[in-house]
Amino acid sequence: MASAEPGQLRTAEDGETLQATGDWTLPHYGALRRVTKARSSAPSQLILDGIQRLDTAGATLLAELVGAERLRRIAETSPDIAPAHRALLITVADAMTGCGVLPPEPRRGPLELLARMGLALTDAAGKARLLIGFIGAVLVCAGRSLVTPRRWRFSALLHHMESTGLNAVPIVALLTFAVGAVIAYLGATVLGQFGASVYTINLVAYSFLREFGVLITAIVLAGRTASAFTAHLGAMNANEELDALRAQGLDPVELEVLPRVLAVVLMLPLLSFIAVLAGLAGGGLIALTVVDVPLPLFITVISEVPLNHYLAGLVKAPFFAFLIAVIGCLEGFKAGGSARSVGAHTTSSVVQSIFVVILLDALAAMYFMEIGW
Amino acid sequence: MAGNTLIEVNGLVNRFGDHSVHKGLDLALNGGEILGVVGGSGTGKSVLLRSIVGLHEPNAGRITLAGTPLDHRGAPDFRLTQRTGVLFQRGALYSSLTLCENIALPLREQAQLRKTDAEALALTRLRLAGLEAQTARLYPESLSGGMVKRAALARALALDPDLLFLDEPTAGLDPISAAAFDELILTLRNALGLTVFLVTHDLDTLHRVCDRVAVLGEGHVMAIGPVEEVATTDDDWIRAYFHGARGRAALRQSSNNRENA
Repeated sequence: MASAEPGQLRTAEDGETLQATGDWTLPHYGALRRVTKARSSAPSQLILDGIQRLDTAGATLLAELVGAERLRRIAETSPDIAPAHRALLITVADAMTGCGVLPPEPRRGPLELLARMGLALTDAAGKARLLIGFIGAVLVCAGRSLVTPRRWRFSALLHHMESTGLNAVPIVALLTFAVGAVIAYLGATVLGQFGASVYTINLVAYSFLREFGVLITAIVLAGRTASAFTAHLGAMNANEELDALRAQGLDPVELEVLPRVLAVVLMLPLLSFIAVLAGLAGGGLIALTVVDVPLPLFITVISEVPLNHYLAGLVKAPFFAFLIAVIGCLEGFKAGGSARSVGAHTTSSVVQSIFVVILLDALAAMYFMEIGW
Repeated sequence: MAGNTLIEVNGLVNRFGDHSVHKGLDLALNGGEILGVVGGSGTGKSVLLRSIVGLHEPNAGRITLAGTPLDHRGAPDFRLTQRTGVLFQRGALYSSLTLCENIALPLREQAQLRKTDAEALALTRLRLAGLEAQTARLYPESLSGGMVKRAALARALALDPDLLFLDEPTAGLDPISAAAFDELILTLRNALGLTVFLVTHDLDTLHRVCDRVAVLGEGHVMAIGPVEEVATTDDDWIRAYFHGARGRAALRQSSNNRENA
């Protein structure tokens, strides 16, 4: 078992017979490869008796040198090969006989770039159709279980309300508090140039009541909840749990999707109320300390904001919530069996839900502006 | 190489909370043999395998691989990981890589081969495991259960190990595929001179493939030896296992084979 030198090929005196010696093993692969590459033509005879150690890597090289079928003949007919080497050579030669060639790797040329763009486009269209279909399925299921109180699943609903709503309170409050402070600084800087820094309060109040309270909460939930739904349902799908439900005649949409959707629809408006309060607190803190607005003025300004501004913000919340939850669940249903697939669909669900939320918010802003709210 | 002790396990203790899986287990694996490890659920077959491979740190005990004591704390020892190949129960193929890349990965990273060389060797491994060249560019998710096992075996063989660990290689395969896999293990063992540590429930595999069988139970090795010998041990579980309906069928099958041979 002493480690011999890397394998060599020696040409015998007749000039045609090759003799392999030394270790033909994986650790010497680079050296062996150079040795076999240096022989341009196949030798008329190959003697393998001198090989010290041999493994499948070395045997593969020998097979490439003389051809698999010839290697097998040599291994069978040479009397002095060690029995262990003979068995190995024959097995490797058999494996390499008629093994064909490695299929080429898929090409990545400019044409393929175009093809992928096309695929992405049709894929997006397919996704949109699927989403609309799934929304319909969820609504039908919701309508059906609404009329049968036996199917109301309170424990699942409460569980999801806790994990998507209550547990999100700290992060939502902290983020909106910080954004409120940032907007107040912005207002103080820009409005101060016109000597109107007192309107900083109006800026914070209007922006949070109308837009940011709901929008920031929805974006946080899109990152936090849609991804959680996708990962959970995707893992269940990979484990065939959703198929098990269907096989027992149960509807996964009713059992798994509906409580989640309902929980988010109920919790997002509540969370966005907290977000509004936290944003006003953050903005107010800066207004009181940096801009030196007196507290009574701050309260007066906020109490004089017309209610329809707040309603214009709040009315969007259930729609955002519904879309976030539905996208999260649908991506989970689409996730396949592998870890890679669950990861890809989780990413996709976050991107899609944030995209949909911002797009819808922009459309709503235009609409409310036109109707004069 | 045959005859010398390749793996030695002394006084192995593994505890999970209050539950002791191994209570001072001793086991020796000889070079060139196929040792089948059986035992009821929860007797620590897989934990034993993971301890020997170095994936699980035992609470106490000493494991020696080819004369080198195993250090569970430090970084994986290349000299040892190169000598051992592991076939995990569900294949554990890397799902983001093609079959060819799965096998070429250790060759490129550990043996530091160039890509073309690594792929050429990967193709040999695939063929040794009984897969066609056309499968090389497929991803694991598009394979059947039997193909996953074969591909995982090909990956375990990537670095030309002399020690192979197989965790339930035939579980989840249909009987024909399982029998073919048994033959594959035997062929490769004979051709490559492998030493095999085989965890299994499959009685047919035990009879067909294993030189010796170790039965785990109550935290120890309850019996070890050739199948026929172990089967006569006076223990309720062993009697139920080898002489239940399935055990008798496998026993009949293997004695028939011997008569025909």
